[in-house]
Amino acid sequence: MTIMRIIIPRLVMLFFVVFGVAVITFIISHLIPGDPARMIAGDRASAETLMSVRRDLGLDRPVWDQFIIYVSNLLHGDLGTSLRTRRSVAGDIATFLPATMELGAISLILAIVIGIPLGVASAIYKDGPIDQVARTISVCGISMPVFWFALVLVLLFYAKLHILPGSGRIDMGIALPTRITGFFLIDSLLEGRMDAFWSSVRHLILPSFVLAFANLGVITRQIRASMLDVLQEDYIRTARASGLRRRVIIFNHALRNALIPSITLLGLALGDLLYGAVLTETVFAWPGMGTYVVTSIQTLDFPAIMGFTVVASIGYVLINLVVDIAYMFADPQIREIG
Amino acid sequence: MSVTSPLAQSVPAASGWKSRLHFLWYLTRRSPLTLVGVAIIVMVIIMIVAAPLIAPYNPDKLMLSARLQAPSAQHWFGTDEVGRDLFSRIIYGSRASCVAAFMIVLISVGVGVAIGCLSGILGGRIDTAIMRLMDVIMALPALVLAMALAAALGPSLVNSMLAVALVRIPAYVRLARGQTLSLRERVYVKAARTFGASPLYILRWHLLPNAMSPIIVQATLDLGGIVLIAAALSFIGLGAQPPTSEWGALVSTGRNYILDQWWYCTFPGLAILITAMGCNLLGDGIRDMLDPRLGGR
Amino acid sequence: MASASEPRKPDGQKPAALTIDGLSLEFPTYAGAIKALDDVTIEIGNSEIVGLVGESGCGKSVTTMAATRLLPEGRYRVTSGSIRLFGRDPFAMDETELQDVRGKLVSTIFQEPMNALNPTIRIGKQLVGVIQRHEAVSREEAERTARGILRDMLIAEPERIMRAYPFELSGGMRQRVLIAMAFSCNPGLIIADEPTTALDVTVQAVILRLILDRAKRTGTSVVFISHNIAVVSQLCDRLYVMYAGRIVEAGPTRAVLESPQHPYTQALLRCLPERVEPKAELEAIPGTVPNLLDPPQGCFYRPRCPEANEQCFAKPPSMAPAPDHLVACWRRETIQPSMISEAQQ
Repeated sequence: MTIMRIIIPRLVMLFFVVFGVAVITFIISHLIPGDPARMIAGDRASAETLMSVRRDLGLDRPVWDQFIIYVSNLLHGDLGTSLRTRRSVAGDIATFLPATMELGAISLILAIVIGIPLGVASAIYKDGPIDQVARTISVCGISMPVFWFALVLVLLFYAKLHILPGSGRIDMGIALPTRITGFFLIDSLLEGRMDAFWSSVRHLILPSFVLAFANLGVITRQIRASMLDVLQEDYIRTARASGLRRRVIIFNHALRNALIPSITLLGLALGDLLYGAVLTETVFAWPGMGTYVVTSIQTLDFPAIMGFTVVASIGYVLINLVVDIAYMFADPQIREIG
Repeated sequence: MSVTSPLAQSVPAASGWKSRLHFLWYLTRRSPLTLVGVAIIVMVIIMIVAAPLIAPYNPDKLMLSARLQAPSAQHWFGTDEVGRDLFSRIIYGSRASCVAAFMIVLISVGVGVAIGCLSGILGGRIDTAIMRLMDVIMALPALVLAMALAAALGPSLVNSMLAVALVRIPAYVRLARGQTLSLRERVYVKAARTFGASPLYILRWHLLPNAMSPIIVQATLDLGGIVLIAAALSFIGLGAQPPTSEWGALVSTGRNYILDQWWYCTFPGLAILITAMGCNLLGDGIRDMLDPRLGGR
Repeated sequence: MASASEPRKPDGQKPAALTIDGLSLEFPTYAGAIKALDDVTIEIGNSEIVGLVGESGCGKSVTTMAATRLLPEGRYRVTSGSIRLFGRDPFAMDETELQDVRGKLVSTIFQEPMNALNPTIRIGKQLVGVIQRHEAVSREEAERTARGILRDMLIAEPERIMRAYPFELSGGMRQRVLIAMAFSCNPGLIIADEPTTALDVTVQAVILRLILDRAKRTGTSVVFISHNIAVVSQLCDRLYVMYAGRIVEAGPTRAVLESPQHPYTQALLRCLPERVEPKAELEAIPGTVPNLLDPPQGCFYRPRCPEANEQCFAKPPSMAPAPDHLVACWRRETIQPSMISEAQQ
C-alpha cells in the first residue's frame, strides 16, 4: 500500500517529464540549422528526390502535426532513424547500451567499495592523516576532468608501461562471447570461456577506475559528512555509555544511519556515470552509448542525439524512482508511517 | 545538555574586526586546504588578468622550426604541432576556460535568482507553474541536455556556455524561491509597517543580502564543476573551436599526439584539474566558515 | 570531623563506588580555557543514593561524565585531582577497559530520551546488544532478561515493546527503556543525569520511583543529578550542591535542607515555589552565573552574595565543617556551631 503512494506520484512525474523531454527535443531538433532532407539525400540530390524525402520524413506537414507524429512514435518506441547508420535509433541504442551498463556497474561497485570505508575512516580519524589523504583524494575526484584522467592513465599504463590495454572491450584476437546479456563478463562465464572473461576484465580495469574516481570523491565526502553528523547523535552516546565495542558502534549503529541520507547519492552517481561514460568511452574507444553519442554529435546525426536524450532522461527519472523506493526500505520510520 | 552550555556561554560574540581576524586565523589553521584553494584562485586570476605580462611568447605565433618539442628551458611546457609555445597558450587559455565558466555561473545565478524571487513573491498559479517547469528541467540529466542544445545551436564556446547556463538555472530558482518564501513573511510585515519605504526598496536592501549567502556558497561550489563541464564540451568538440587555446580543446588536440608527445595533453588537463580544485576548496572553505556549528555567522 | 557528611563506610574491603578528589578540569578554546570544575570532591559509597544539585552549566554533568570518560577526548584537560571508580582509575584505563567498565560497573541515564535510542534498530535488539556485550549468555537468555527488566519498569507488554522501533514510543516509554538498559547488567553505580527533566510532570514521579526502587532492591548506588533541589531531596540520602564548577555545600539531605549554610543554597531554597507563602512574591537570585573563561577572584558566588566581604574577595573558600555537614563559605567558618543551634530555636 505504502509503496504505491511513492510510486504513483513518481509515475505521474515520469509522464510529465517524458512529455517535457519530447517537447524540448522537438524544439531543439527544429532549431537545427540545415536541411535534414538534404543530409539524408545528399548534396547532389535532385529537387524531386528532396521533395519525396521530405514527404517521407513528414517535413511537409505543419509543425503541430509533426509534433504529434513525433510523440506517437515515441510512445511506440520509435526514436527515428539514424542519419549515419541508417538503422533505427532505438535499435542502435539497444546494441550499445549493455557495454555502457557493464562499465557503469563495475565503476559503481568500485566507487562504493573504496568510497564507503574511506569515508568512514575519514570521519572517525577526523583531521588525522587518513582524513587529510581521503579529503585530498576526494577533492581530486570531484575536480578531475574525466577525459584527461583517462588519457593520463592510458599514457601511463598502456603507452609507457605496457601492462594494460588502451582501448576496446576485449583483445583483438579473441572472439566475442555469444550475446546473451550483452555483458561480456557474464556472457563469457555463461559460455565457460575464460579467455574472453579475463581479457574483458583486463580491458575493464582502466576505464572503470577512471569512471569510479569521480564518484569516489563524492561518496567519500558524503559518507564522511553523514558519519560526522551521526556520531554527534544522542544514541551514539548511549551506545558508548553502555560500553559497546567501538567497532560495533561504528558499523552497527553509526554507519547504518549514516548510509540513509547517502542513498540520494546513488541516484546522482548513476546520473554522473552516464555523463562520465560519454567522456571515458571516447578515450577508450569503448563501444557504448558514450561513443555513440559523441560520434552522433560530431556527425550531426540529430535523430540519434534526440533519441539518446529521450532515453537518458527517462532512465534518469526511473533511477530516481528506484532511489526513493530504496529510501523506503532503508528507513523504518518512512516504511511504517508511509 | 549541560556539558555544552559552558562552552556556548563563554565563547564571546565576534565583536570588531580584530576578533574576526583572530577567528579567521584559527579557522585557517584548522583547514590549511582552504588556504591552498584561495592561493590557486588568486594565481588563476593573475593568469587571466596579466596574461600578456606572464606569457613568454605570443600564443598564436607559429614557429615551424620548433614543432612538437619536449619541455625545455625555452619552452617550459613544450610546443605544439605548429610550434606554438604551450605554456603561453595555456596561460591565455585561462581566459577562455575560466571566463566562460564565470559567465555561465553569473548568467545562471542572475536569471535563476530573478525567476526564483519573482516566483516566490508572486505566489499562486504562476509560482506553481514555474516550479513545475523547473522540476521537469531538473529531472533531465543536465549534461545530456547541454550537449543536445550545443549540438543543435552549433559548436562554439558561446553556445555551449548558454546551454550549460540554461540547465543550471533551475537549481538557483529553487534556492532563491525558498529563501524568498521564508523571508517574505518578515519583510512583508516590515513593509506594511514601514511608512513610505517601497517594497522594492526593502527587497533590494533586506531580502537580497540575506538570501544571497547560501546562493553564494552554491555558486562557488558550482564554479569548479562548470569549469569541468566547459572543458568537457570543448573536448568533445562542442565548445571552443581552434585556434582558441581553451584548455579542453588543447587536450582534445593533444590527444592526437599523446603517444610521442606526452606533454601536449598533460599540461592543459593539469591546469583544468588545479583550477577546479581551487574552486572546490574555496567553496568548501566558505561553506565551513558559514556553518553555524563552528560559531560562524 | 563531621562524620555525617562522609559516606557510609564500606563493609569489608569493597572500595567506594565513586571517589572524586580535588578534581579540576578545563576546556581549552581559542579564546582561553573554560574552567569547568575547580577542586571538586565527591564520594559515593556502596548502595547510596546521592544527589548532585545546581543550576544549568554549573558542572554537574561534567563531573560525572569525566568519571566515565565520556567527555569528548582531547577537548578537555584535567589540571589536578583524581577519580576512582570502584577503586580503579579511569584515566589509567585504555579504551577497551573503559568499555568493559561502562554498562557493567557504571551506567548512565541521560536527560533527553527522544534521540537516545538508535532509530533504525528495534528496541529488543538494542537491549540484547547491551546485555550480551557484558554477560556471556545466549540470545534467548538475553531476551528473557530484557523482558524481565522491562516488566520491572512497569511496561505492560514487554514483548511488543521489544519488537518496536523507538519512534513508536513516547518520551516516557523511551526513558523507561533506557533505564532498563542502564540496569540490565546490574551495575554497581548508576549516574542519572536529569532523567526526568525532559518529561511530562505526570510521568516524572513514576520514573524517579522506578529508579529508586530498583536501586534499593539491587543495592545499586545512584547519583541523581538535577537542577531541581526539591525533587532530588525526596529521593537522596545525601546532597552535594554545586555552583560554577565548585561544591559549595555537602551533607545529609535533611541537614542541608533544614539548615542550609551557604548563601547560595539558602537562596535556592527560598526560590522554591513550594516554600513560598501564597500571594507572596517569588524570589529570584540577582545577577548571573560567572563567566568561566574569566572567573571572579576569590569566591565565585561573591558577586551575588548578600553577605560578601573582603575575605570573600581574597581566595576561594574550601570545605569547612558546619555543625552536621560541610560548607564552603568564609562567613560560616567564623560562626560557632553553638550559635547556629541557638538561632534555630
